Amino acid sequence: MVDKTNGRVKLMIEALHYTFVQNALLAAIMVSIVAGIIGSLILVNKMTFLAGGIAHSSYGGIGLAIYFGLPIFFGASLFAVFSAIIIALISFKQRHRLDIFIGLVWAVGMAIGIIFVDLTPGYNVDLMSYLFGSILAVSKEDLIFMATLVVIVLIFIHRFYKEILAVSYDSEYATLRGINAKLFFTLILILSALTVVVAIKVVGLILVIALMTMPTYIAEQISNSLYGMMIKSAIIASIFTITGLAISYQFDITSGAAIIIVGATILSIFMLIKKILA
Amino acid sequence: MQKALLKVENLSFKYDKEYVLKDINFELYDKDFFAITGPNGGGKSTLIKLILNILKPQFGTIELNNSIKSSLDIGYVPQNTNINLDFPISVLDVAMMGNGSKHNTLKRALNINYTKLEIECAKNSLAKVGMQGFLNTKISNLSGGQRQRVMIARAICSHPKLLILDEPTSSIDINGQKEIYSLLKELNRDITILVVTHDLTVISNYANRVLYVNQEGFLHNLKQDRFRVNKDEHFCEVELMQMLGKNGGQN
Repeated sequence: MVDKTNGRVKLMIEALHYTFVQNALLAAIMVSIVAGIIGSLILVNKMTFLAGGIAHSSYGGIGLAIYFGLPIFFGASLFAVFSAIIIALISFKQRHRLDIFIGLVWAVGMAIGIIFVDLTPGYNVDLMSYLFGSILAVSKEDLIFMATLVVIVLIFIHRFYKEILAVSYDSEYATLRGINAKLFFTLILILSALTVVVAIKVVGLILVIALMTMPTYIAEQISNSLYGMMIKSAIIASIFTITGLAISYQFDITSGAAIIIVGATILSIFMLIKKILA
Repeated sequence: MQKALLKVENLSFKYDKEYVLKDINFELYDKDFFAITGPNGGGKSTLIKLILNILKPQFGTIELNNSIKSSLDIGYVPQNTNINLDFPISVLDVAMMGNGSKHNTLKRALNINYTKLEIECAKNSLAKVGMQGFLNTKISNLSGGQRQRVMIARAICSHPKLLILDEPTSSIDINGQKEIYSLLKELNRDITILVVTHDLTVISNYANRVLYVNQEGFLHNLKQDRFRVNKDEHFCEVELMQMLGKNGGQN
């Protein structure tokens, strides 16, 4: 038994020599950082469903990119940002009917994606890899895109932390104090859209919302500042993704699903402990 | 005659077709403890939002005294401060939000973090409301009354001339309510207070003037002796309505 475990650990350490495994780890950490930070903003602003709509609609961009032969990230980002802006505009005008429009954006985006993939001659797309992630196929371009987003997100948070905090906590009061709440909501949504797009590679667009909510939910309860919540979320998300990745490699199962199950298990244990301590 | 801090003239407002407020007139003077009361849906919160410039008046005017130069000179405690209870934020951070920056934009652009002055200011406000011992406490770990004190600290952080509170005690236990109102009485020495409330003991014991709003407004200057209620005695709304509505307040 001990020998077997040792053998497995050895196997995993050997795996670290492969470039694709290194890339996967790097991608997992970078995506965890943005998912932790932007996920915190989504959670405290109660925008999970909005982010879900944007995530699914981004498949429309994937379909378009495949059809026109553009880079997938580029197509998906463009489409997701477009959806984010539409949802932001609707939320300012029709706040109480917003759920309907989110559902629309959600479904129409996916439909567009599927149709364009169908129309692409000779293309046998692996839909599953977009829905559930394909982290072991991360390319150098993907890593550059992810790193760029990490930098943008960090600059945004550093520069506008006060404003973001004020708008997220009490947008009406923030408006009274001269902060443009609508602008910041739109920016948060656009960054969510981009986060969703990079996370697609790691966990896929169906599971991305779980990666953005489970670590942040734990972090929220053990933090007394938004800043602290963001840092803790990023760390917890990294633990989820790296553990999930190891399990997925070991048992040859889909990485995204493994990451989410790891997350759900840790979240359950956390809630159980909290209940016992309370 | 003292110059009014705030002068509302012939103010009307409708959301769709129906008037929420019709032809409201009143003046607010320095150091007033002014109460606005009336039934739910009578337009009280709308009136406050108009004064705060969150909504724009469709008819009539709201004139502010020269001493009120910007929104920073009006402190505001919104109605429902129990929203966002899970939000990971400390007492000091909430109070700090009252510090709208008075600097110009360039200065502000360079100023990423809170300045020492802003932090001191927030700490002073918290001390004024008796919450100086809770600076790093998470806001969700406070009682309703304590949380309301923090909201008041946030509102007075920018040293406003006028403090507006929308039903500040609606979700607080009786003792907490008394504490909040004696705190307001204390603040009233320096700040004019405008409070929306259903609580008639408050109106009779603290306010010097009251506006009854039910679409239209009925203004009363309260002589405390005429309108005093015993501690355990409570007016019911209908009684007050009759009293304020009939006795021919200025419309």
